[in-house]
Amino acid sequence: MQLLICGGTGCRASESNVLKDNLEKELKKRNLQDDVQVVETGCFGFCEKGPIVKVLPDNTFYTEVTPEDAERIVGEHLVKGRQVTDLLYTDPEKKEKIADSKHMDFYKKQIRIALRNCGFIDPENIDDYIARDGYQALGKVITEMTPEEAINEIKESGLRGRGGGGFPAGLKWELTRKSQADQKYVVCNADEGDPGAFMDRSILEGDAHSVLEAMAICGYCTDASKGLIYIRAEYPLAINRLKKSIEQAREYGLLGDNIFGTGFNFDVELRYGAGAFVCGEETALIHSMEGERGEPTVKPPYPSVSGYKGKPTTVNNVETYANVPVIINKGAKWFASIGTDNSKGTKVFALAGKVNNVGLIEVPMGTTLREVIFDIGGGVKDGKKFKSVQTGGPSGGCLTEKHLDTPIDYDNLIASGSMMGSGGMIVMDEDDCMVSVAKYYLDFTVEESCGKCSPCRIGNKRLYEILDKITKGEGTHEDLDKLRNLSNVIMDASLCGLGQTSPNPVMSTMDNFWDEYIAHVEKQECPAGQCKDLLRYEVVPENCVGCTACARNCPVNCISGERKQVHEIDQSVCIKCGACYEKCKFNAIRIV
Amino acid sequence: MGKVKSLDDLKKMKEEVQSRINLREKSDHPENQVQVKVAMATCGIASGAKEIMDYFINELDKRNIDAIVTQTGCMGYCYAEPTVEITLPGKEPVVFGYVDTKKADEIIEEYIKKGELIDGIIPVTYKTIDE
Ligand SMILES: Cc1cc2nc3c(=O)[nH]c(=O)nc-3n(C[C@H](O)[C@H](O)[C@H](O)COP(=O)(O)O)c2cc1C
Repeated sequence: MQLLICGGTGCRASESNVLKDNLEKELKKRNLQDDVQVVETGCFGFCEKGPIVKVLPDNTFYTEVTPEDAERIVGEHLVKGRQVTDLLYTDPEKKEKIADSKHMDFYKKQIRIALRNCGFIDPENIDDYIARDGYQALGKVITEMTPEEAINEIKESGLRGRGGGGFPAGLKWELTRKSQADQKYVVCNADEGDPGAFMDRSILEGDAHSVLEAMAICGYCTDASKGLIYIRAEYPLAINRLKKSIEQAREYGLLGDNIFGTGFNFDVELRYGAGAFVCGEETALIHSMEGERGEPTVKPPYPSVSGYKGKPTTVNNVETYANVPVIINKGAKWFASIGTDNSKGTKVFALAGKVNNVGLIEVPMGTTLREVIFDIGGGVKDGKKFKSVQTGGPSGGCLTEKHLDTPIDYDNLIASGSMMGSGGMIVMDEDDCMVSVAKYYLDFTVEESCGKCSPCRIGNKRLYEILDKITKGEGTHEDLDKLRNLSNVIMDASLCGLGQTSPNPVMSTMDNFWDEYIAHVEKQECPAGQCKDLLRYEVVPENCVGCTACARNCPVNCISGERKQVHEIDQSVCIKCGACYEKCKFNAIRIV
Repeated sequence: MGKVKSLDDLKKMKEEVQSRINLREKSDHPENQVQVKVAMATCGIASGAKEIMDYFINELDKRNIDAIVTQTGCMGYCYAEPTVEITLPGKEPVVFGYVDTKKADEIIEEYIKKGELIDGIIPVTYKTIDE
């Protein structure tokens, strides 16, 4: 048996550590210490009812447990097998006591729709997919529904594109359907270029058939018989599993000619990208597939009218497709019951950065950032203070404490100065310098700009240079004005979404962390202690005992001093690597 | 298996594979077959999931435990890779994180053989579409 005690910050504040000691004492008293293990766990995500104790294996969930309750939990529950009912959680809606955490809603902030099969099925075995209703939606659509009916179902579900823009998927399909042509195409955008994002890769690695099925559904709806998946060559496992899945689907007659005996033909091929961020933009992606340079062109015409080889083409993101079979199987109403007014369903996020539970999560639209970072993500690493969360990758922005309770959806994120993007979410703590963060993203944009239009090619380079100057302590107030003006010009004048959004990381950090910019400019200081050019490592003479640890570990030998004498750092040689700071056991090196 | 020629075909096939998978999962002596799923997406493999999968296959065999070991996609717990889901007969699945060969050995000896819960369990934090 096991007693799990929440060791999260919230529960510790309400004496969960005393409770733990008491439980251990009670167990010892009854000589149960070898049979029952007391384990401190991460946050259960239910801090307001803490401290929490969970009993395994029966999953009993006690809330608001005080240290004095230890005796009853051990004496009653463990010894006599009777639950301590007054400590059980009472569901505020149903007004009944719930003993089993599996049935507590708050405990399950995630809903898996796009990820429904990831981690459940063997991705290399089509039978596993079929056993979980795989290809039923395709069968239903092509044998029982007209294309218009199916498009309507998608429209009514409220599904919006998960690749960043959030365009309504059903409407896009309708536009392609209405375009007349002898050949049309269905394209899946699996380029996934945002730094830190891995949602699409995980879906393709864990459940490739769901994307193939949805593409075939889209093909039926838009009169397209050919599907193309544009995937970056850096995703070998996803490619491998896609290839196997396509082959298996063909073998079963679920791709190919005369699917379900209806005369409907649809097949899928792969196209490889070389890993350029701009090739995720749909027009650039199409050019890349045609063998042209991966450069965007002006819209309109939209791909739905003139896309691959000039033919009407539906381009959707991997995750957008992964939702489609579920919508058909469970109905638009069901899907639309999840989420907020204008953003339906769920969103998958790749939660990364300074957060305890780095991972892939899927939450209903409308979940707050706080719930994602603190409840699901388990809070900031090493007990540090939360500073910012970046969403939307290089096109997005950095949000702060004051945005934590904003429900996540397309519109709210844009209103807060960021955007949904494809689902990267990077958590930052007090040690992250926001000017450097903006510089990091601009470095990425400069590298990835295709160079076709000058606002993006030249403007972003200048933005980067100004930011670099500021992080070196050489920035002026005039530079700050320039950052803003230039950002506005780049956003207004760029050809594609890359340049139109690339200043977002600069603008949002200036809006939310203005003080930090000012500190760099006016005082030549980096409050987070990150900008190397603005730091100095110094010996604190009172604390230095002359142990020589710093001198021995300095890679450039710039620390001198006799044994048992106060040491000194030669600033002209120091490369600010911080090795001395880490090695010193006497707090005798300080950062200024 | 032949081609799917109609929706009814597919529905029949679903029944068939479902019972086959049930069989695979429960076998003909459901009282002792154990099911082990190893998360084998890029993140898992990079953290050593392949070795862990081999270890389970070999060791369960050596120790004469009737088990079926399969691979699956990312379970989402990237911070705790490699992750492994164990389903004992008649029990709810349990996910273990940070599984190295030492942990795998402990899982076999303590959880699979004796049914005792050990450190490293990741609690379920999501709903499925069927709930
Ligand atoms: C610079 C840039 C990069 C993009 N990268 C991606 C990407 O990696 N994956 C993606 O699905 N969409 C990406 N998009 C959005 C696509 O242009 C397009 O809107 C999307 O594939 C449409 O699918 P959806 O409606 O299902 O989201 C990018 C857009 C821009 C401007």
